[in-house]
Amino acid sequence: MRIFLNDDAHDVEAGTLAAALERLGFGGRKIATAVNGRFVPAPSRETVKLAEGDRVEVVAPMQGG
Amino acid sequence: MFYGVKLGSRLLLGTARYPSPAILEAAIKASKAEIVTVSLRRESGKGKAGQSFWSFIQATGLRVLPNTAGCHSVQEAVQTAHMARELFDTKWIKLEVIGDSDTLQPDVFGLVEAARILSEEGFKVFPYTTEDLIVCERLVEAGCRVLMPWGAPIGSARGLNNVYGLRALRAHFPDIPLVIDAGLGVPSHAAAAMELGYDAVLLNTAVAEAGDPVEMARAFALAIEAGRAAFIARPLEPRDMAVPSTPVIGKAVLGGL
Repeated sequence: MRIFLNDDAHDVEAGTLAAALERLGFGGRKIATAVNGRFVPAPSRETVKLAEGDRVEVVAPMQGG
Repeated sequence: MFYGVKLGSRLLLGTARYPSPAILEAAIKASKAEIVTVSLRRESGKGKAGQSFWSFIQATGLRVLPNTAGCHSVQEAVQTAHMARELFDTKWIKLEVIGDSDTLQPDVFGLVEAARILSEEGFKVFPYTTEDLIVCERLVEAGCRVLMPWGAPIGSARGLNNVYGLRALRAHFPDIPLVIDAGLGVPSHAAAAMELGYDAVLLNTAVAEAGDPVEMARAFALAIEAGRAAFIARPLEPRDMAVPSTPVIGKAVLGGL
């Protein structure tokens, strides 16, 4: 199944957002997530199921003004 | 006082565009800021920047004010605010809804709408706004208890573009904390803002991109302190005619014989 994470295409097995994040190297990291433009709180990553073509956003703390 | 939090410093400092983390750290110390602004950006599975910046911020022990910089729509700003609240564990959000890419002028219509949504969701909103009186009234109606009018476009170093408007805003909102956010270049700009009675100043580029950011941070801190003291001391109003400072009475009569 193909998803887009921060615009990059990735092939992942169908499953939860949490599983996809773990597989793509985000396990245990300080991040926030959104799927298809909607914020997904950390506790919900275990229950949110990804579908073909979903757009996942993963952000981390960064310098800002 | 921002949303019930009392602070010792009237300088809020941005964390972007410094030459190095060490210089950022020294600049924060020199500025005596107790609030630093932060943001959030995409990170890859291999990226380490976000994690190391997070450790850095935690080590400072300072209060953080995350922003929604770069957001051009209400939806984007609201979703970004939610991500920021989770990442930084704070209800404070510096709300930016940008309307124009060249001037980074706020889209005040989107700003008011996003401020209302976020306030209803329990956020403590710090809106980056123009100095328009009615827009600011709408922001207060939407739940904002801090207003952050721009001095000039972000990063432009122009200072206070509309002193009249900023003075009117101060007079109109005597009880709402007002922060000049953006556009300052030199410490005298910050002093001028404080002399108008503004509660605080938010800076980034003026410090980060100065030749010596640490010394500039110190200079701004001094100017803000001086400007605040001047405001409290109630400055003279400008007048057209001279008024002799040395008393005329008692002057010896020496000429005209």
